[in-house]
Amino acid sequence: MSEQSPALELRRINKSFGPVHANKDISLSVDRGSIHGIVGENGAGKSTLMSIVYGFYQADSGDICVNGQNCHIENPQSSIEAGIGMVHQHFMLVDTFTVLENIVLGVEGGYRLSAGLASARKELIRLEKEYALEVNVDATVGDLPVGLRQRVEILKALYRGAEILILDEPTGVLTPQEADHLFRILDTLRDQGKTVILITHKLREIMAITDNVSVMRRGEMVAHVKTSETSKAALAELMVGRSVLLQVEKEPARPKDTLVAVRNLTYIDADDVPRLKDINLDLKAGEILGIAGVSGNGQSELLEVLGGMLTPTSGSIRFEGKELVGSKAFAARNLRKIGFGHVPEDRHRSGLVLSFSANECTVLGYHDKPEYNRGLRLDRRAMVETCQTYIEKYDVRPPDPYLKASGFSGGNQQKLVLAREMEQNPDVLLVGQPTRGVDIGAIEFIHKQLIKMRDAGKAILVVSVEIEEVMSLADRIAVMFDGGIVGELAASEATEAQLGLMMAGVRDASSGAKAAV
Amino acid sequence: MAEEKVKFGAPLKIPGWVNYALIPLVNLIAALLISGVVILIIGDNPIEALKVLIYGAFGYPEAVGYTLYYTTNFIFTGLAVAIAFHCGLFNIGAEGQAALGGIGVGLVCLYMDWMPLWMIIPFAMGAAAIFGAAWAYIPAYLQAKRGSHIVITTIMFNFIAASLMTYLLVEVLIDPNGQSPESRPIIETTWLPYIHEVVSMPKTPLNLSFVYALILSAGFYFLVWHTRWGYEIRVVGQNETAARYAGISPSKNIILAMMISGALAGFVGVNEIQGVHHRLILDFTGGYGFAGIAVALMGRNHPIGIFLAALLFGALYQGGSELAFEMKSINKEMVIVIQGLIILFSGALEHMFRPKIEAIYRRFAPARPVEAR
Repeated sequence: MSEQSPALELRRINKSFGPVHANKDISLSVDRGSIHGIVGENGAGKSTLMSIVYGFYQADSGDICVNGQNCHIENPQSSIEAGIGMVHQHFMLVDTFTVLENIVLGVEGGYRLSAGLASARKELIRLEKEYALEVNVDATVGDLPVGLRQRVEILKALYRGAEILILDEPTGVLTPQEADHLFRILDTLRDQGKTVILITHKLREIMAITDNVSVMRRGEMVAHVKTSETSKAALAELMVGRSVLLQVEKEPARPKDTLVAVRNLTYIDADDVPRLKDINLDLKAGEILGIAGVSGNGQSELLEVLGGMLTPTSGSIRFEGKELVGSKAFAARNLRKIGFGHVPEDRHRSGLVLSFSANECTVLGYHDKPEYNRGLRLDRRAMVETCQTYIEKYDVRPPDPYLKASGFSGGNQQKLVLAREMEQNPDVLLVGQPTRGVDIGAIEFIHKQLIKMRDAGKAILVVSVEIEEVMSLADRIAVMFDGGIVGELAASEATEAQLGLMMAGVRDASSGAKAAV
Repeated sequence: MAEEKVKFGAPLKIPGWVNYALIPLVNLIAALLISGVVILIIGDNPIEALKVLIYGAFGYPEAVGYTLYYTTNFIFTGLAVAIAFHCGLFNIGAEGQAALGGIGVGLVCLYMDWMPLWMIIPFAMGAAAIFGAAWAYIPAYLQAKRGSHIVITTIMFNFIAASLMTYLLVEVLIDPNGQSPESRPIIETTWLPYIHEVVSMPKTPLNLSFVYALILSAGFYFLVWHTRWGYEIRVVGQNETAARYAGISPSKNIILAMMISGALAGFVGVNEIQGVHHRLILDFTGGYGFAGIAVALMGRNHPIGIFLAALLFGALYQGGSELAFEMKSINKEMVIVIQGLIILFSGALEHMFRPKIEAIYRRFAPARPVEAR
């Protein structure tokens, strides 16, 4: 093991799934004691590559060298032995166990649990001190906030002797402040000589924390650059293969009448948990209202209530002055008829039926409209023709109205949903996570479409956990925390730090701005 | 990463012939091979047995008539299970719904027999459908509004239906001149015409309800894939959240699909009571309701597949009884073993060979280069 050899080196890795060549001749060298970013669009092959390194998949050809030694990684076990640890996007923790129990899971050592736990406790306290990872080892994981759970995952990897730590999209569930804290932890790890590989599609993070960055596109490694010698725009261009606009270009909004007025809206779910607390919002024609917040603070419920999927416990929703709550119109199907469009947060869970063909998904929610029916019969030809026009207008690929929805990539699925909802020309458009899991190229397109709708005088509500997206897209921003609105401010006056504090529930952060609105 | 897996996991579409023909065929062959081994163990010649089975099912005109008569029942129950499947429901209760359908047919033919045949046919069919649907409505309502699991409730309703049937035939409808628990015969003017009365062929129990089953199969196809009601049922079955999002009521469609299912199962009563036995008897459902589950599974919930699977089961019933008659060591129980093995392989173990066959297909399929996106 020489000091010069890189911590991890991949040589000409190839991996195919059937005819799909997910990784083509990938070579990568990660320096010891550095933070190395890997960026790429969805489906560029980042996750496949890291799954090969971690032993979930076997490469068809190519070598993996750890510390200059050729390693044969067959399964996660051999990867751990080689000193590689992985922090998954979705945490792999047992909620009802304590932090300590979770960490020793699988490496309890010996028959007597208490002995193993005692020695683990000592080791953990040492690790926490060394890397400034403050976690109470006796806390139950289910009670911890997400930021701390992520630290438990990192501790788990370190406890297993990881020298190379791979983090897959680690900030997706964090507030900006929590993300900054994570970056400080990663800094400490680097200073202590560990190697960190960060997989992400957020260029801001790459610029903020990494030393080197590798860019993947369509299964190939297209560039290795030093972070200090590149820029966001250059990286985006490398990822997509053409230059992209990162900032949404838009005129200032010209808001008109209030179309939807939400007053004192409260929703308590079946388990008696209040999910929405006293929400007040106005949706104005010709304006985009953005809802920021860490996911799980009531945004989903807000969308579902406004979309007619949930019945609020109390409060009022007025549309053009008419009360909706308690009226016949307040059901998903009838709301569509009076001019509501709804792009749901989770296109797999609700926006599409994945086993249906694209043309069948095109009529979801509108299948009883006269243009799709001839007497008893569902007019399949009209469905296919409509789908065809959507596909052309929204550049959905592949352009096949008979392909199953599951056969499209995330961005193209989202375009199918957007096309369906926007082409009905609704007066009010509810959009949840407009660009989650969508490629940069498609994000640009989707944002442009939303701005176009706004300029056509529609009232738009955008819910997103991507703070940058809310800031660039919305004209007004309301921040949700724990089911309530913390505050509302004009997008032009909002700063990321201020929004971040509000997302953590700090009410004062908005007070200055609120007075200005 | 989950999304990645979906994308890369299923890049190559497995063509229909593999899915709908090859895999069921492999399952069937596997079941027959094991059956052959069992026959070998009890000391008989499996090749000989297969010959007798096939000859017994298709070898001469009467055999074909009997086979198609059994097939009729399997089409009804197969369609019944399939429509529930399309709504994401596992209807185990076709047996009980068929029994109730029989009661409906029986009551019409017993007490409205003053009507001419052309009137009695729609009335009897309507009664079968209404009784079957009503019996399915209760579990459907409990599932849709109260969340009681449909598998449990429909199983229970089979027992209740059997008890109800026994009670009616012992206490209420029993033939006053008879000893056994069955009703008096229905008069000949209410009988469903036999096929041999229309087409020249030997006397068999095959009757008009076979034609009715074929018409219903076409109707099933139209309903499920070419109407907005079928569309709604499939959305609810595939993704209930998407249904709620689209304003499609899951509970309404659960009840609708189950009532159609019950009505389809009820038509077994038309074939059995009005077509063949000409009186209400105990246990005329003979396990057709349960076999319908295997038929629907094997037929991939599509009417053409269901017809083929129903034909296979009809052939097994008919050829099987021939087999039990011809070969000394093979009794009725042995035939049930063979049927059970086929149900096991094509139903319960449906996915046993699938991954292997798909992997082999992928390896030898002409590789089309697809860019990773």
